[in-house]
Amino acid sequence: MGRITLEKVTKSFGEVNVIPPLDLEINDGEFVVFVGPSGCGKSTLLRLIAGLEDVTSGAISIDGTDATGLAPAQRGLAMVFQSYALYPHMSVRKNIAFPMKMAKIPEDEQKRRIDAAAKALNLTDYLDRRPGQLSGGQRQRVAIGRAIVREPQAFLFDEPLSNLDAALRVGMRLEIMELHERLATTMIYVTHDQVEAMTMADKIVVLRAGHIEQVGSPLDLYHSPRNEFVAGFIGSPKMNLIKGEAAQSHNAATIGVRPEHIAVSTTEGLWQGTISVSEHLGSDTFLHVHEHGLGDEPLTVRVGGEIPVKHGDRIWMTPDQERMHRFDKNGLRM
Amino acid sequence: MARAVTQKRKIINTAAAWAVGLLIFFPILWTILTSFKTEATAVADPPVFLAFDWTLANYHDVLERSNYARFLWNSIFIAGGSTILGLIVGIPAAWSMAFVPSNKTKDILLWMLSTKMLPAVGVLYPIYLIFIKLGLLDSRTGLIIVLMLMNLPIIVWMLYTYFKEIPGEILEAGRMDGAGLKDEILFILTPMAVPGIASTMLLNFILAWNEAFWTLNLTAAKAAPLTAFIASYSSPEGLFFAKLSAASTMAIAPILILGWFSQKQLVSGLTFGAVK
Repeated sequence: MGRITLEKVTKSFGEVNVIPPLDLEINDGEFVVFVGPSGCGKSTLLRLIAGLEDVTSGAISIDGTDATGLAPAQRGLAMVFQSYALYPHMSVRKNIAFPMKMAKIPEDEQKRRIDAAAKALNLTDYLDRRPGQLSGGQRQRVAIGRAIVREPQAFLFDEPLSNLDAALRVGMRLEIMELHERLATTMIYVTHDQVEAMTMADKIVVLRAGHIEQVGSPLDLYHSPRNEFVAGFIGSPKMNLIKGEAAQSHNAATIGVRPEHIAVSTTEGLWQGTISVSEHLGSDTFLHVHEHGLGDEPLTVRVGGEIPVKHGDRIWMTPDQERMHRFDKNGLRM
Repeated sequence: MARAVTQKRKIINTAAAWAVGLLIFFPILWTILTSFKTEATAVADPPVFLAFDWTLANYHDVLERSNYARFLWNSIFIAGGSTILGLIVGIPAAWSMAFVPSNKTKDILLWMLSTKMLPAVGVLYPIYLIFIKLGLLDSRTGLIIVLMLMNLPIIVWMLYTYFKEIPGEILEAGRMDGAGLKDEILFILTPMAVPGIASTMLLNFILAWNEAFWTLNLTAAKAAPLTAFIASYSSPEGLFFAKLSAASTMAIAPILILGWFSQKQLVSGLTFGAVK
């Protein structure tokens, strides 16, 4: 079905080496998210799998067949682009029908699949409109519809939600997850948003400068990040990374404490600090606290519910020792 | 905040726009008016604007003296032929520069444009000699080739700008959807580029229609287009302004009508990329 293997894949643009030798295994039916800061090579990696870019060396196989030299169309993959990339001169119906037309699928079968996709994606009333007459969310649905009807081996998503507003993004995120549940087809999803990665993925691949920093389930990455980079990248708000004396007292070069693993008290604790900013969200309160012994970076602390503190207040904080992460001088987990 | 447009400003802007428009149009208007005057009124001092005895005599004379239809046909043939030939050469060129650029693409584009900086008369002599050798002098084929070459930089530049505006992701989506190169060109690129190709075609047809240097210098009687028809009414002595104007009016009428009906297309073609 949709098993994709990358073996020693590299990619260079001229002198610049974007992807160093990289191995990756994606299992059939898995929802895999490539996540990392911009410029980390996650989109390039997706485009290599899609066949829109040629690998410089190495091999890509899909279902055990070597696909390295195949044209994009021959790989049996469907892609949803960030800009939707709909054909502006075609109606929604024709957009969705296009890959089937290329595959020479009989007309009545085309019609059946279009109707089914339109129904699933709430597009039935818009089939005769042009993409220009649709909203961002609807366009994204058309792009997904165009991908579904091909019944591909795997879906590739390149930051599909980043052009949508926040509310729509959450809705579409759920729709894509439901789609995955229903089709059980392999999906590879590229994003720079770690919240999307955490909520959607079966398996997250964290990338930095073309290197895979860690592969694992969302909670694996949350509980045992392999290094400081993954520790800082996964989780929101991000983990506090503390160097210096406080770290040395734990025999580490750096210690990491998640904002939600710090207890706050007005009377006693391990560290004392001054609140610079307090963000009251109702369900949670985020405090940014200056503690001079712990360096210049403010500590981020997450407190459940509401607590009546404000700028300038002095509070005590105690990290949960059990959930503290220790890193050596190379940034690796100890 | 949007810039406040006061009523006064609006009036001034409108008046200025009309003034500039009339200034540009005036020579054409004057030519048309003169074509209805007698030779004597045409050179009257002070000039008369509208209050003269309108006459069609000049048109009678001109039509009697020359074969308008033949000149017209030559113009259509040469302008149309050079435009079509230009597109046949220019589309693939612009295509490759827009979609598979090399690091020399920008240089090539600039170099092509630089050929327009040379005064045409600078290459008249060599081209004249080549035409004699090839037997192309006073032939429509020869003119089609020369005019195509003259306008090719503009054709390629315009098409290049248009093709550049087509997002690469849409072409990639086509590739993912199973479209081969032929399908991609036929079903995705061409339909999206049609407005651009149409504007390019129109502008080049007009440029070729009005081209006078090469058409006058490389033709005698057989292949002469309307530019030569106009020129034949200019003479070193005697009164000829009214007849010359009548000939000019007849020469520009077809292209004026074409321009009028396609003005929307033309304007969007010339301002493409600037407003979007």
